Amino acid sequence: MFPANDLILSAATGFERYVDIAQSSFWPLLKGALLYTIPLTLIAFSIGLMLAVITALFRLSGIKVLGGIARVYISIIRGTPLLVQLFIIFFGLGSVGIKIDPFPAAIIGFSLNTGAYASEIIRAAILSIPKGQWEAAYSINMSYGQTLKRVILPQATRVSIPPLSNSFISLVKDTSLASTILVAEMFRKSQEIVANTYEPLLLYTEAAFIYWVLCFILSLFQDQIENRLNRYVKT
Amino acid sequence: MLSIKNLHMNFGSLEVLKGIDLNIEKGKVVVVIGPSGSGKTTLLRCLNVLETPSKGQLSINNQDIDFSKKITRKDISAIRGQTGMVFQTYNLFPHLTALENVMEGPVTVQKQDKKKARPKAVELLTKVGLGDKLDYYPFQLSGGQQQRVGIARALAMNPEVILFDEPTSSLDPELVGEVLQVMKQLAQEGMTMIVVTHEMNFARDVADEVLFMDGGHILERGHPEDVFSHPENERTKQFLNLLSE
Repeated sequence: MFPANDLILSAATGFERYVDIAQSSFWPLLKGALLYTIPLTLIAFSIGLMLAVITALFRLSGIKVLGGIARVYISIIRGTPLLVQLFIIFFGLGSVGIKIDPFPAAIIGFSLNTGAYASEIIRAAILSIPKGQWEAAYSINMSYGQTLKRVILPQATRVSIPPLSNSFISLVKDTSLASTILVAEMFRKSQEIVANTYEPLLLYTEAAFIYWVLCFILSLFQDQIENRLNRYVKT
Repeated sequence: MLSIKNLHMNFGSLEVLKGIDLNIEKGKVVVVIGPSGSGKTTLLRCLNVLETPSKGQLSINNQDIDFSKKITRKDISAIRGQTGMVFQTYNLFPHLTALENVMEGPVTVQKQDKKKARPKAVELLTKVGLGDKLDYYPFQLSGGQQQRVGIARALAMNPEVILFDEPTSSLDPELVGEVLQVMKQLAQEGMTMIVVTHEMNFARDVADEVLFMDGGHILERGHPEDVFSHPENERTKQFLNLLSE
């Protein structure tokens, strides 16, 4: 755990003390990011994307029951605060005997949330592919599934990368809400250190800085993926 | 080889095909002409079930389908397996190279090994004059080149009949010739072809039969020379006059 006593007992004052706290808190914060923030983001986004594709296909299926399920799901998730969703999953279900550990509870919450928002992005991307692409695929006797997998989704992916990157970057930051359901991610770590050092400005700024670096690295990845997928488009 | 009996097609309450009967023998080239809205493109699209006719029967190379009954995916797939389609707007897969476009059907649909499908695809692209453009993406090709890839993609599935839906209508005038040349070559090799087009010279040179459609009916059919020089139907005369003005 964090060596809280060392910090409090540190005799240094003023600027030196600041540097001291910043240095000694950096590793615990980074650990919070590496062990919780980043895995939580990656796992929840992966599951969320799968949910999103399924939900988008439900809505596009033209089958009333499936479309209805998708609409209700999207409506509930988008119409309620993420924080409240997390509380229901962790504290609410916990109170009626469905006990889920903090980390899996957070995974469930963030996956459901990502799934709903990303499904609309994916649905729009699929609809943006010209009808002629479906027809060309059908004309060489591809099935619906083959057309989707080989022709439509690869092109829809290209269209959906910018908005999906938005969702992904939002998710990185939203994971800070998991602090409220006891996940030891980066923001919770910073709160714990603040409780010991009484330096909220320093610690929260430090946490903000690490979030920013993470998001900045992600946006570099986004550029790379976009460049790769744009190879078949006139620029 | 191909026979259509009493084919009807509606878009909502609008009847677009009002009972089409047609037989086409193997190796024949049939050109369909007619004013816009006459149903000629719809007829073509019905032949590979991109549109589902409301009633009537279709038989291609002994694969029968009766649209008056409930049709299954298997029925549709059996018919599509006999037909190739070339689109007015090419509709190449933009994320695949020319070679990958041509290989897509054989590999994904016919489950051919890539190593086996590749030489055939190269051969087809060479045949349409694009042997040096294998790894080009569609956006790097001219319209005429894209349309020739489209023809190669259709040929790769070994269809019994190829349906051409105004294949040169989107092309700049100077690119029309290269596409018609490929089509002419296919006709000479004995491919059965149904071509919706406004290229009257192509019809005159290549077609075995010309059909004139208007208002969802086939109003006149015959040898191109007869239809063009001595049209019998009043509507055909009007249409041909408009074209020559």
